[in-house]
Amino acid sequence: FAGLADVSISEDLPVEGEITVPVGSHSPDEDYSTLDEPVRDTIMRDLKAVGKKFIHVMYPKKSSALLRDWDLWGPLVLCVSLALMLQGGSADSKDDGGPQFAEVFVIIWFGAVVITLNSKLLGGTISFFQSLCVLGYCVLPLTVAMLVCRLVLLAGSGTVSFIIRLIVVVAMFGWSTLASTAFLADSQPPNRKALVVYPIFLFYFVISWMILTFTPQ
Amino acid sequence: IASLVIYLFSEFDDAANLLAANPDATTISIDEPAEIPKNQRGRLQEPGREEDDELLGTDDSDKTELLAGQKKSAPFWTFEYYQTFFDVDTYQVLDRIKGSVFPVPGKNFVRLYIRSNPDLYGPFWICATLVFTIAVSGNLSNFFIHLGKPTYHYVPEFRKVSIAATTIYAYAWLVPLALWGFLMWRNSKVMNIVSYSFLEIVCVYGYSLFIYIPTAMLWIIPQKVVRWVLVMFSLCLSGSVLVMTFWPAVRDDNRRIALATVGTIVLLHALLSVGCLAYFFDAPEVDFPPSVIPAHNGTTVITRSQ
Repeated sequence: FAGLADVSISEDLPVEGEITVPVGSHSPDEDYSTLDEPVRDTIMRDLKAVGKKFIHVMYPKKSSALLRDWDLWGPLVLCVSLALMLQGGSADSKDDGGPQFAEVFVIIWFGAVVITLNSKLLGGTISFFQSLCVLGYCVLPLTVAMLVCRLVLLAGSGTVSFIIRLIVVVAMFGWSTLASTAFLADSQPPNRKALVVYPIFLFYFVISWMILTFTPQ
Repeated sequence: IASLVIYLFSEFDDAANLLAANPDATTISIDEPAEIPKNQRGRLQEPGREEDDELLGTDDSDKTELLAGQKKSAPFWTFEYYQTFFDVDTYQVLDRIKGSVFPVPGKNFVRLYIRSNPDLYGPFWICATLVFTIAVSGNLSNFFIHLGKPTYHYVPEFRKVSIAATTIYAYAWLVPLALWGFLMWRNSKVMNIVSYSFLEIVCVYGYSLFIYIPTAMLWIIPQKVVRWVLVMFSLCLSGSVLVMTFWPAVRDDNRRIALATVGTIVLLHALLSVGCLAYFFDAPEVDFPPSVIPAHNGTTVITRSQ
């Protein structure tokens, strides 16, 4: 600083320059406005997030992507498509047919809420919507099973088709339960894991039962 | 005055030295407060009344009142208040289920297993499981019974799930409410030593329904004799748990009222199981030739070809 001792700035020289400091780290959702981007980008971003979670469900690894960025679009799409596919059952007898659309919807959402409350009351550390997100996304294997069942039933509804449907539904039920427990088990207190896993088992069992007993008219 | 103060300080020093030298002198372990007084009082009482008091639970009834007051101190609008009702581990739930299925003669289910920690996990999920077990088993059993008939078309009968849910949850929550109200009313008239809180009664009723889950699964077998034997057997087991729990609470009352109460408890329990059997499971038909089909009061949609 010795060389600057005799520098003097006269008052009538304008001092100008930039005060903003360039940002060092660029994280993906920085504060650049998403208002100006094309609509296609916005939709594709959400679709990609949903699609990534579907892949995580089909190949359950111990990644926290499902938990961290939860969303409820995927569960909504799965629930609506499952409820739609369960329609068209025996509709002639008004009382004893299969579940109505509203019943499937209520069972899935109310069941997921009750299971989430149960795990939180038992001392789990997962947040409410994260748990709903995981339980909803893990209905994906059962939706695939429903699709397969409907295709098999188009071919025929004898004993062979029943055995095929049984195997497919049982396999997808096991996959759903294992996927959801893989995601949820870590956030539970250790000596209560079975208490948390059992309602999840019951939930997917009920959905599997609805899928298996679907009989077209 | 200075010497007085110095004297007092020396007293304190002595006390502190004593404590340091003998650190176990004043240890009172508060880990298991229910255990220690129970053993001490057990020795002090006459041996004749010991079994009764085991059944009554007078030994730790006031301790349990204290503990109950300490535990549920969070206000009822916070989440922590409800967490105290789910403060059970896996092995505790399994123990309580075991206690409801194998009643130990002379032991009270509430005092032995609940021990002032009533939980809502067991009653809620046992009822949920029972609802779906009855609906699924009933559906399966009807399917197998009517399998060979050419005019039978399988229906999933999903309506019955909501009916089963209403019935079982109403039984598991309204009957304990009525019983608790009745016991409170009798308590005000007759000095009873034993009184149960509402949650403890809900707990006993919830766990006593567990035996019906395997019973409902075995009801798929389409033999009348087998089904009624199962009804009797499960009624004996869970009914005895209920009777042994509630008999000490009404024993000191008027004899007829006590017997009427216990009788009503057993009767309602029996009514639940028989009602479920009659409504959800069709009567297994006898082996008539197909031209003569006996009329039955099943609830599935079957068109009979005459």
